[in-house]
Amino acid sequence: MTQTQKKPTNPKKTQSEPPSSSSSSSRTGMKLIVPLQAVVQGRNGFLLGSLIPLSLFYFLQLYLKRRRSENNNNTPSSPTTLLLPRSSSRSNLSSRGSISRVRVSKLANVVAKRDDSLYYVGIERVEKDPYHVKFNPNGIIQLGLSDNKLSLDLIEKWLVKNLEGSMMGNEDINLSINGIAPYQSFHGLNELKIALADFMHQVMGGSVEFDPSNMVLTSGATPAIEILSFCLADHGNAFLVPTPYYPGFDRDVRWRPGIDLIPVHCRSTDNFNLNITALEQAFSQARKRGVKVRGILISNPSNPVGNILTPDMLFSLLDFAEDKNIHIIADEVFAGSTYGSEEFVSIAEVLDSEYIDKSRVHIVYGLSKDLSIAGFRVGVIHSHNKTVLDAAKKMSRFSAISAPTQRLVTSMLSDKRFIQEYIETNRNRIRRVHDEFVDCLTKLGIKCAKSSAGMFCWADMSGLIRPYSEKGELELWEKFMSVAKINITPGSACHCIEPGWFRICFTTISFEEIPVVIDRIRKVVESCKSSD
Amino acid sequence: MKLLSTKATCNSHGQDSSYFLGWEEYEKNPYDNVHNPKGIIQMGLAENQLSFDLLESWLAKNPDASGFKRDGKSIFRELALFQDYHGMPAFKQALVDFMAEIRGNKVTFDPNHIVLTAGSTSANETLMFCLAEKGEAFLLPTPYYPGFDRDLKWRTGVEIVPIHCTSSNNFQVTEQALQQAYQEAQKRNLKVKGVMVTNPSNPLGTTMSRSELNLLVDFIKENKDMHLISDEIYSGTVFSSPNFISVMEILKDRNDFNNSKDADNIFERVHVVYSLSKDLGLPGFRVGAIYSENDTVVAAATKMSSFGLISSQTQYLLSAMLGDKKFTKNYLAENLKRLKKRQNKLVSGLQKAGISCLESNAGLFCWVDMRHLLHSNTFEAEMELWKKIVYQVGLNISPGSSCHCTEPGWFRVCFANMSEETLKLAMKRLKAFVVESTGNVNGVTTKSTKRNLLTKWVFRLSSRDQRDQQEER
Repeated sequence: MTQTQKKPTNPKKTQSEPPSSSSSSSRTGMKLIVPLQAVVQGRNGFLLGSLIPLSLFYFLQLYLKRRRSENNNNTPSSPTTLLLPRSSSRSNLSSRGSISRVRVSKLANVVAKRDDSLYYVGIERVEKDPYHVKFNPNGIIQLGLSDNKLSLDLIEKWLVKNLEGSMMGNEDINLSINGIAPYQSFHGLNELKIALADFMHQVMGGSVEFDPSNMVLTSGATPAIEILSFCLADHGNAFLVPTPYYPGFDRDVRWRPGIDLIPVHCRSTDNFNLNITALEQAFSQARKRGVKVRGILISNPSNPVGNILTPDMLFSLLDFAEDKNIHIIADEVFAGSTYGSEEFVSIAEVLDSEYIDKSRVHIVYGLSKDLSIAGFRVGVIHSHNKTVLDAAKKMSRFSAISAPTQRLVTSMLSDKRFIQEYIETNRNRIRRVHDEFVDCLTKLGIKCAKSSAGMFCWADMSGLIRPYSEKGELELWEKFMSVAKINITPGSACHCIEPGWFRICFTTISFEEIPVVIDRIRKVVESCKSSD
Repeated sequence: MKLLSTKATCNSHGQDSSYFLGWEEYEKNPYDNVHNPKGIIQMGLAENQLSFDLLESWLAKNPDASGFKRDGKSIFRELALFQDYHGMPAFKQALVDFMAEIRGNKVTFDPNHIVLTAGSTSANETLMFCLAEKGEAFLLPTPYYPGFDRDLKWRTGVEIVPIHCTSSNNFQVTEQALQQAYQEAQKRNLKVKGVMVTNPSNPLGTTMSRSELNLLVDFIKENKDMHLISDEIYSGTVFSSPNFISVMEILKDRNDFNNSKDADNIFERVHVVYSLSKDLGLPGFRVGAIYSENDTVVAAATKMSSFGLISSQTQYLLSAMLGDKKFTKNYLAENLKRLKKRQNKLVSGLQKAGISCLESNAGLFCWVDMRHLLHSNTFEAEMELWKKIVYQVGLNISPGSSCHCTEPGWFRVCFANMSEETLKLAMKRLKAFVVESTGNVNGVTTKSTKRNLLTKWVFRLSSRDQRDQQEER
């Protein structure tokens, strides 16, 4: 998001007054008056005859212009009828009526505006009318948030078993308030770092060790990305990011660190896999424009596509970063949610086996996806770069994990038997729902990109959109929202270059609810086909 | 070597200041009454450890709150996925009720105007991002909390211009000092976006007077682009009179700001920061809040709180605790009693050592006057004295220079983060040191040459260590 000043009246808005008709009528009026006056009053009359109507005409235009701009300020936002430009760095649309005359920062004005990305709009619409199997069966089903609801029961069971009397100092589970309430090192209790390093080792296949002293803990993966952005680049620099990408990156990287995200477009012909040539092109184009690229931001497993980077691809990526002398931020939050035949390989593993400058690779992880506890806010920055670690440790003061949560999570992660069981069961459940869901979609004629991980499928609905453009995609999104009553994320929100792709999360529903969702999708599919 | 950002490589995080260096010394050699009786006693950490037992007993009586249960039923699933940056409504309500209770219910707060953040550290930084551009400035009265240099300036690029306060009037803010600070900012070509105060003050331990607060409100009334931030995180530690007056109370009482007549938008330019780290003694929980009547600030800060959300587990636990009005009433009263008692012990212990301090009625520390122990009225002398106290006497206290005080010789000494015995020991050590270095406790200096040589040798050693440390960074 660029921080340009808000532009005055947006001519693209569809709700404009029709002043053109009245100005043309006043113009014809003028054509009548002037000669009339001239006839009536002779030479001077001609002057007066032109001055007076001219000034009247001028004031009329002024009045109409002011009315027009007021109306534009007061119209409510209707994002679905707006044609959003297909570029990835969207310029700000005019602010919809700033309420106060008090000066706040430019950033505050930008951030406070209603976000028109359909990713966020969709989430909001669900909040107003959320589906509930009993209390609101006609509500909107949330398939636009990658929350993992499939295995919460396992954690709940563990809590019930282990929390009894633990606040008073059960030996195994120490949750007493004494010792945790005071200031701890903000970058995370050592016990938690050790437990997390172990968990990451397990969840990523058991082939790479993480050193707790290379870790800084943060309140979720969101601040981890922001902190790394602050550390690795200055205001006005840029990161390359393969598209489609997670919409949240735009906030994490652009807002406060002020770093731009340059999209590197991936194509369906490649199954949206990373393309080094495209990276090279994007890098040199940026350099020509005078923009300093400081790093590459990737998510692996990828959000929203769900594909995994092969070891070969990881090596190529590292070579590229080495060649350009830039950093790599690897967001690996979905590492534990693999369901395909491909095995996940962390970039850390590749670092181990090859002589590469380890200090350029920084991994982000968290427990929101793999352990389902997004509300508890547990994130990790892992880096070999001592300067980055030092700076990140200090910055983690602004995003520290709450102490009781640190204690609880440490205990949970230390129960190795439970964790082993959880990881396996969770993976199986994800696979089961994924396979069934994709199967049903295929029967409806909707193909998904090949994926091996994640909590969503990347569905190709380009056959259903008319026209084959972002506009068509937005209209289909609105149909899904208002007719089918499901919230799915359109590819444009993820900066996908090809229209018609949608991210559909399947971990927010149970296996039994799949037919309900498929039924609703079928309604839209059939209505699209019948209107052909 | 790939480049890193200037933020990562500069030191405007202020962490090289003596305030933090003292902490590090303490970490290397922490006092423990059994295992390390000669270690350094931590008196530089403003923590409230006096009332843990009250919290613990509440938790023991209310296992549902920490067991993810409501009325015996598990609400774990609700909590596990709750990451709404608008915050848990029940918690926000309990928090604003608590804040109102601390202010004697003379002001109330609307929960829709509260933004939850991971600690007041995050709240202060977020407000800077919302109110000022890079390179603009806020005026802060000195002495101020050393952490502000990091919290307000580091990642935001905002500047701090000090409002110099002196002991001549107990460090109160004066009109003259305020104007001088404003001129100073003009000279430095800095646009001033407002004033930020801590009330009750850290490190002074005093509450701001009505006239000081009115002075500040008048100032931003005149300068219509300016904001006033009141960091009130110590509002629940006011143990003796005068009573605490919140800036919100001042606004309410003035009759030039009835809502209909608020042509100056004053209500939209005053913001309050709060936290549970001091009043409830729970800094590890990371609970802070911004209160603002400015809708743009609330909207922006709410979204920015994604970068520092409070764990849902903690929100739920505290909503239950703070919702127990009987508990909060009792806690607030008992906590204040204990703070007052402990502060008295510190003050009398210091007196016995011939040291006076600023008369204080709040906070977890005293602002101690050791000017008479300096061998010259300079900050170098203050540093020398500080090093002696840390390394020789074994007390980590915070020197006034780290708080940007304009007068050398003042130190902040905390009293609420240790047991009574430890405090007694600290006072004993201090008294012994004063007697030794001045010959007696009346402030008359009679140094023997032998002692002089010995102490000089100790300084040389310690300053070498200091230099080595700084090089290590």
